[in-house]
Amino acid sequence: MSDPNRGRAAEIATYGIGYGAALALTALAFGLVSWAPFAASTTVRIVLGLGLVQIVVQFRCFLHITLRKSARHDLQLILFSALIIGLMVSGTLVVLLNLHHRMM
Amino acid sequence: MSAGDAMHPGLNLGQTDAETHARAGHDLFGFWIFLMSDAVLFALLFATYGVMLRGTAGGPGPADVYKLLTAFVETVVLLTSSFTFGMASISLKHARGIAPITAWLGVTLALGLAFLAMEYNDLATMVGDGAVPARSGFLSSFHALISLHGLHVLAGCLWIVVMLVQLCVFGRDGRVKINMLRLGLFWHFLDIVWVAIFSVVFLQGLAR
Amino acid sequence: MTGAALLGRLGWQSLAFVRAWQDPSLNTLIAAGAAALVVIGAVAVVALITLRGQWRRLWREWFTSLDHKKIGIMYVALSFVMLARALAEAVLMRLQQATAINAPGVVDAEHFAQLFSTHGTIMIFFMAMPFLTGLINYVLPLQIGARDVSFPLLNAISLWLTAAAAGLMMASLVVGRFSTGGWSGYPPFTETGFSPGVGPDYWIWAVTLGSIGSTLTGLNFATTIYKKRCTGMTVMRMPLFVWTSLCTSILMIFSMPALTVATALLALDRYLGFHFFTNALGGNMMNYANLFWLFGHPEVYVLILPAFGIYSEVVSTFSTKELYGYASLAIATIAIAVLSFTVWVHHFFTMGQSANINAVFGIATMAIGVPTGVKIYNWIWTMFRGEVRFTVPLLYALAFMMTFVLGGLTGIILAFPPLDYLVHNTLFLVAHFHNMLIPGLLYGLLAGYHYWFPKAFGFRLDERWGRVSFACWVVGFYLAFMPLYVLGAAGMARRSSEVLEPAFRPWLLVAGAGALVLAAALAALFVQLWVSVRHRRANVVPAGDPWDGRALEWSVSAPPPEYNFAVLPHVAGRDPFHDAKRKGTAYAEPVRYAPIEMPRNSAVGPILGALGGWAAFALVWQIWWLAAATVIGMIATVIARSFVRDVERTIPAETVARIERDWHETLARSAPTTRDFETTAINRGLAQVLA
Ligand code: HEM
Ligand SMILES: [Cu+2]
Repeated sequence: MSDPNRGRAAEIATYGIGYGAALALTALAFGLVSWAPFAASTTVRIVLGLGLVQIVVQFRCFLHITLRKSARHDLQLILFSALIIGLMVSGTLVVLLNLHHRMM
Repeated sequence: MSAGDAMHPGLNLGQTDAETHARAGHDLFGFWIFLMSDAVLFALLFATYGVMLRGTAGGPGPADVYKLLTAFVETVVLLTSSFTFGMASISLKHARGIAPITAWLGVTLALGLAFLAMEYNDLATMVGDGAVPARSGFLSSFHALISLHGLHVLAGCLWIVVMLVQLCVFGRDGRVKINMLRLGLFWHFLDIVWVAIFSVVFLQGLAR
Repeated sequence: MTGAALLGRLGWQSLAFVRAWQDPSLNTLIAAGAAALVVIGAVAVVALITLRGQWRRLWREWFTSLDHKKIGIMYVALSFVMLARALAEAVLMRLQQATAINAPGVVDAEHFAQLFSTHGTIMIFFMAMPFLTGLINYVLPLQIGARDVSFPLLNAISLWLTAAAAGLMMASLVVGRFSTGGWSGYPPFTETGFSPGVGPDYWIWAVTLGSIGSTLTGLNFATTIYKKRCTGMTVMRMPLFVWTSLCTSILMIFSMPALTVATALLALDRYLGFHFFTNALGGNMMNYANLFWLFGHPEVYVLILPAFGIYSEVVSTFSTKELYGYASLAIATIAIAVLSFTVWVHHFFTMGQSANINAVFGIATMAIGVPTGVKIYNWIWTMFRGEVRFTVPLLYALAFMMTFVLGGLTGIILAFPPLDYLVHNTLFLVAHFHNMLIPGLLYGLLAGYHYWFPKAFGFRLDERWGRVSFACWVVGFYLAFMPLYVLGAAGMARRSSEVLEPAFRPWLLVAGAGALVLAAALAALFVQLWVSVRHRRANVVPAGDPWDGRALEWSVSAPPPEYNFAVLPHVAGRDPFHDAKRKGTAYAEPVRYAPIEMPRNSAVGPILGALGGWAAFALVWQIWWLAAATVIGMIATVIARSFVRDVERTIPAETVARIERDWHETLARSAPTTRDFETTAINRGLAQVLA
């Protein structure tokens, strides 16, 4: 799919699909918060999930990151970054919320 | 590797310009690393925001200051600009002249500026209501995160202006193309960061 | 315009000289003396260059150069200047503690606090970082068979931003006062409530400028290693120094942002009244400690990994043996790099998080010792049954192995939270990290300096003075820091400007004597440089291979031509030059030379550095117009540069051919040297190859 020589129409279609999907995911997330059919904590979980899906969609359709071998370096870099970011963010939250808890 | 392979994130030039395509593989990798480093910067501000969420110090909290509708409109505007930038990239790759490229870039720029104007308006309203960053740790972290993203968008807009001038001066030469590809990564990246912002900041703050 | 609008917070009182004039005491006179040294030094350098009419040449051949080799040399030169300052401060601190035993000593408490803050900040950001960046800059492209780094202009920009930040550190000696918050700058002490002066602002902007430079350097090196290796150099054929450079770069890319966030948020607190780390209104200083050490721990591996790479090269070359366990060394390097992101909490075990969290991070910390231990064994096995030559670089490697293990052992003690509770914030910790950093960083970089100096300048460094200096670094280290373990275990707090316990006196005296020996070590290093330059004719190695080297950097002349390789090499193994010499294919002349494209010089680096330095200075003193003007100037410079199209220059094939033929003639004239005469004048850089 991220073959660079697919031709113009196919490329436009990729962006279009990405745009449509992102719009739908966005609308869904905002809608859930606006109409609040679920409990707040459930809504937050779903919203964060939808955000994650949208990020993957945008990586795929706008940044053309695929599992093809020739794009491996970039993918490796994303995965490594995700690992480091995950470590840093989750570590920060665990440590500081623990401190918070113990200071209460 | 040949012009038949994808060499970097974003739209690849491929056989439409094999020479620049090969160079882009090298040049864009560096920029891609920069974006990852920038992503860490944002991630840490997100973490800070998460930690300070409860530090409202008796001042306004998320639900008091966020507005669902404007956040939604801003999101749609920025998302659309990401799409129009994609169209600009496609014209850069396939079109003969520069007119379609500049047209799409112009639309993207307009959307970017509209986003900034709306965001500025939001922040100004908040400040008017006393929700200034100096009020509480929570507001400090909110303002810092949003403003950092805003500054990035501003830088992106300035970059678009520079690209428009370069397109007129140099046409579609190799360096202009590579710079456009870089700008593309930057612009799409900003939209991805915004997805995290509206999910983690606005929607989480407003969920009832 | 009023004075405040024009000059911000700047006033006569800001000058160290004026303060010494108004209130002359030993303390202010020392400060004024240091300031005078900076001013006189700067004036002397400028005058010397002007008198000799060298400005044009310096500007053309050095300052605007994008050649990675020259940039590397400038980085190392900068780091030596900063090392001299930071070491002088260290000696002064030791002097203070040795004399201030129930007595006032030589400097007051506030001055002492500035000393440990500048010493730590400079040693880490302006000695160690430029030194290792300089060595990597010089060696990396040569080792992977490339003509330059991926982004030569960006490389120059990084250099000049770092230099500007170092300049800011120097300026703080003359105008205003530096931070008293230590190298880690912990709030709330560094918030305006407790430190209203310019000190922490100097620290914030110097460190921020430097860390931006390092982030850019990291991405430049990483791209270079990923994209510019020569044909045949697969990942598992990269020299070990390239491996460690790669991991160091990755650590820079991912850890520097944490520092930038920490300093930027602190700046927001100080300048705009935000509440990130304040005591009131929901601020939380623990967040700062967390952010700072998210950077700080990976940073120590940024510092140490390049030295590991250097030791690998040195041990293998001077044992005339292939590196033992190459794969395990590479894997250990990666493991250290990844693990280093999982241990940062050990820097604040005592700050109140639950015992479970401390336990997890304590165990992770101990785990890092494993890959490090693996490496030590690898080096030992490399030397085992090799023909070991005890040259200066190898001596450093040996001293490192013995001393570093000791530091590692005390590290394990500190990694155990209950024990850390006993010795944290004492001189035990100070002894520990100097025990890691001096052998694990300084010795390594000095080994690299001795090892690659002949490559960079075409002549060897004087061996005798090298040994004198080495002996002083080792003896001085043990004298200066072993007593600190005792003092720390006995409860002496770090950062103490006064000592209340007379029983500490003998230990403090020994440590003070050690500091003097360390100062002698640096002096010997400068003498060595002086002597070597004077006797350079006797020690030239133009053929380029003085140590019977193994990797590609030795396969070209010394100093190398600006394009490094007339023809980009192909490699088929791990020690390509070593193998080529054995097969007799080294030094083969190509049939034909082709023209070579190289980047043109550019003034953008120095311009951005100067503007960045002034912007930082303006922010420190709150001279808003200047800050705005310089920042706009930086943006304008970048935009203007993007319009420059004539950025490459072609070296014609004839020029290349002439340079290469000259070198081949030198090769033909040089007599091969056996290893027995390696450190004598017989060595012309052509190695006698035995089967
Ligand atoms: C070469 C001889 C050196 C000597 C004699 C020396 C001496 C000292 C002394 C006396 C202190 C203050 C201890 C205290 O808090 O009471 C100190 C702190 C420190 N040193 Fe060194 N040092 C040396 C080299 C280095 C090197 C090579 C590095 C790093 C690359 C380094 C990094 C630091 C740091 C980070 C601090 C802590 C500063 C703070 O408390 O904020 N030092 N050193
Ligand atoms: Cu650590």
